[in-house]
Amino acid sequence: MILIGLGYGCKNGAATAALASDAAKRVYVAPGEKDEVYAFLSGGFSGQMSVYGIPSTRLFKIIPVFSVFPENGYGYDEETKNMLRTTHGYVPWDDSHHIEASMTDGKQDGRWLFLNANNTPRLARIDLRSFETKEIIEIPNSAGNHASPFATENTEYLMAATRFSVPIPQASVPIENFSKGDFKGTVSMVKVDPKSGRLSLELQILVPGFDYDLSHCGKGKSHDWCFFTSYNSEQAYKMIEVGASKNDKDYILAFNWVRAKQCLDQGKASNFGGEYYRNYLPENQPAISEKLSGVKMLQPKDCPGVMYYMPTPKSPHGTDVDPTGEYIVGGGKLATVIPVHSFSKLMEVKDKPEHRSGTIMDIPILKYESTLAGEVKKPCLGPLHTEFDGKGYAYTSCFVSSEVVKWELGTWEVEQHLPAYYSVGHLSIVGGSSKDPYGKYLIALNKITKDRYLPVGMELPQSAQLYDISGGKAELLSDFPTVGEPHYSQMIPAKLLMDKAAKIYPLEENKHPYAIKNEKDARVVREGNTVRVYMTQIRSHFKPDTIEVRSGDTVFFHVTNLEQDFDIPHGFAVGGAPEMPNLLIMPGQTRTFKWKAPKPGIYPFYCTDFCSALHQEMQQYIRVLP
Amino acid sequence: MQELLLKKISKMNRLLILGVGLLLVSVYFLPIWHISLDAPQYPEGLGMRIWIDKITGSSPYDLQNINLLNHYIGMHEIVSESVPELLFMPYVLGFLIFGAFVTFLHPKVYLVILGILNIIILGILGMYDFWRWEYNYGHNLNPDAPIVVPGMAYQPPLLGCKEMLNITACSFPSWGGIILFVSLGILVFVIWSEKRRIDVTK
Repeated sequence: MILIGLGYGCKNGAATAALASDAAKRVYVAPGEKDEVYAFLSGGFSGQMSVYGIPSTRLFKIIPVFSVFPENGYGYDEETKNMLRTTHGYVPWDDSHHIEASMTDGKQDGRWLFLNANNTPRLARIDLRSFETKEIIEIPNSAGNHASPFATENTEYLMAATRFSVPIPQASVPIENFSKGDFKGTVSMVKVDPKSGRLSLELQILVPGFDYDLSHCGKGKSHDWCFFTSYNSEQAYKMIEVGASKNDKDYILAFNWVRAKQCLDQGKASNFGGEYYRNYLPENQPAISEKLSGVKMLQPKDCPGVMYYMPTPKSPHGTDVDPTGEYIVGGGKLATVIPVHSFSKLMEVKDKPEHRSGTIMDIPILKYESTLAGEVKKPCLGPLHTEFDGKGYAYTSCFVSSEVVKWELGTWEVEQHLPAYYSVGHLSIVGGSSKDPYGKYLIALNKITKDRYLPVGMELPQSAQLYDISGGKAELLSDFPTVGEPHYSQMIPAKLLMDKAAKIYPLEENKHPYAIKNEKDARVVREGNTVRVYMTQIRSHFKPDTIEVRSGDTVFFHVTNLEQDFDIPHGFAVGGAPEMPNLLIMPGQTRTFKWKAPKPGIYPFYCTDFCSALHQEMQQYIRVLP
Repeated sequence: MQELLLKKISKMNRLLILGVGLLLVSVYFLPIWHISLDAPQYPEGLGMRIWIDKITGSSPYDLQNINLLNHYIGMHEIVSESVPELLFMPYVLGFLIFGAFVTFLHPKVYLVILGILNIIILGILGMYDFWRWEYNYGHNLNPDAPIVVPGMAYQPPLLGCKEMLNITACSFPSWGGIILFVSLGILVFVIWSEKRRIDVTK
């Protein structure tokens, strides 16, 4: 009996080991070799974005976006602190969920990434040359910027819709008025300048007070449209868990943004209040923060044909458009089917009264069957998000049953169930939300991970899992811990980005007002109680290297890194500085460390980024005089 | 011998001489020599180019980065301004080009031989001068340098490759240098073919 047991165990073990070693080979990237794909994962409640290599799943970088980052001084120094300015003041954290890649003709173009901030409604643009956050725009008249930032086919606009409906404009009304129509949502159209990527808020549309959850925009024939899921059509405001789960169907809002733009141009939108900040970081200069006020607001009743509701079971979460632009897949958190709407049918029936079942705020509600292309029956429990492999298959994540379901578009037949460890949220396929997926890898972005790794206290690592979907059957290759909750991701083939990555800031192009480009110009300038130190760094010293100031002075260290070599940043930190962390200054960059000179004494300052054989000698002193 | 020296060169060879003159003009626009430095910590390599009138890095910031590395061992900063030869080298090249045009207009074999001698003498002097600069840079190190390896010199090779600590330094002619060699070859060919024409007619 024992022998049989052993024999069985060994056989089984050998088979698992063979599979594991095969998977290991497929994720192994030898020293000096490069990964095939960049994966950009949003950091959920960390407010950041992280960059991984696929298939190795190695973490390369954390890009600070909405949260301060003491490692490099983002959000602290004089150059970047304006990036986190909002009408609520300086907000040094956010909850960032969805990453969108810029597209041209529906295909990833490798220029920018966009990320939403849910808590304090904002939207950011990250430049893919420098992998740095370059712009953050606040979204006014919104509470909870969840269905954001979803791009149209040529990145003409980014869409942003309200998660928490509130009185718009804000007012202190009894909360029970929610169900009386006092609460509203908005859909915002943020225009992206095709050359510079600069963001501007062009139009908002006032919509019924539901919770708008996710969005995706059309492509090809559905180019003019974006689709938003909404839940809580019950307009419950207490115990929403129960109250918002009553209706058998909530809605996907089909929004014709081209029509909305037409109505704007015809003067049908009215001036509306709302203040917001737009923060822009020009190349190697301090961020410029502008406070703007007023938006153009469109009411659906003034613009017939701009919006339609498509009933969708039940509390839909994800809405995803397939690469052809025909199918709009809903993910009903509580639904037992995956409903798929047909864009062609939507076009056919949208203006026919017999296909309508009513209106909300003058937005026609279409009949469920009228736009339905098909249903994937009993796929799993809790279908959420769908991505496409470009070969006719769709992959849907299922939160409750913890799996990824592969099914075929058109036949609506389930092909494969893939277990996920555990509780998967979004999925990501390389280019999977674009017109042109590169359907080789899929990652499942898990929301909860139990016992997959060594325990590290009460909070276990957040995690993602990598699958190979290039063959007939998808296979799990590896799992890896992530930074924050890996909410959504865009994966981009490496060849689209790696050769474009910037290596240095060219010193001759440095237009920072306090830059100096030569050690000879290093100096200390006193302006009353303010002292400006024009400082340079090069391996392995600072100029000036000894400094005297008076207690109580406000000292600005404007530090320029004179290096012009790839990967030679220098650090800058002052002993005991209470308000500033470290700075990492890239080659050719100027950044500013603000310091209130404390009580008299000698304070060291030093380079924190190991820069050379004499890095440890890259240290000097400030004397604070009484 | 005298017959050969005073011989008027053929029309074909005359055109070749004109070609040499025109080819030499390109040396103003091409680097003559190239020194590359390879090290594990510089996977993309670092390089220096020597032109007729200047020294540059192989990519825009290489020279600055080479100097930054060199400052640890106390090597003098490599800048074009410190090499006065670069001021008159363009004129020397101009003299060679001028010689080619003169030979084209006054096509005698002795002028071609003069041209060959000029190139050889200038080549030898140039290489000697280059070696002397390399020697000085590699040996005259600042005694206050942070890193002093007793007995160590950092002279790059004149031609070929050499290991210096973990850096492999390679020194080879670049396009401009190759053109000088090709020009020399063409001139030798001209003499050979003129000599052959005399032998055939005999």
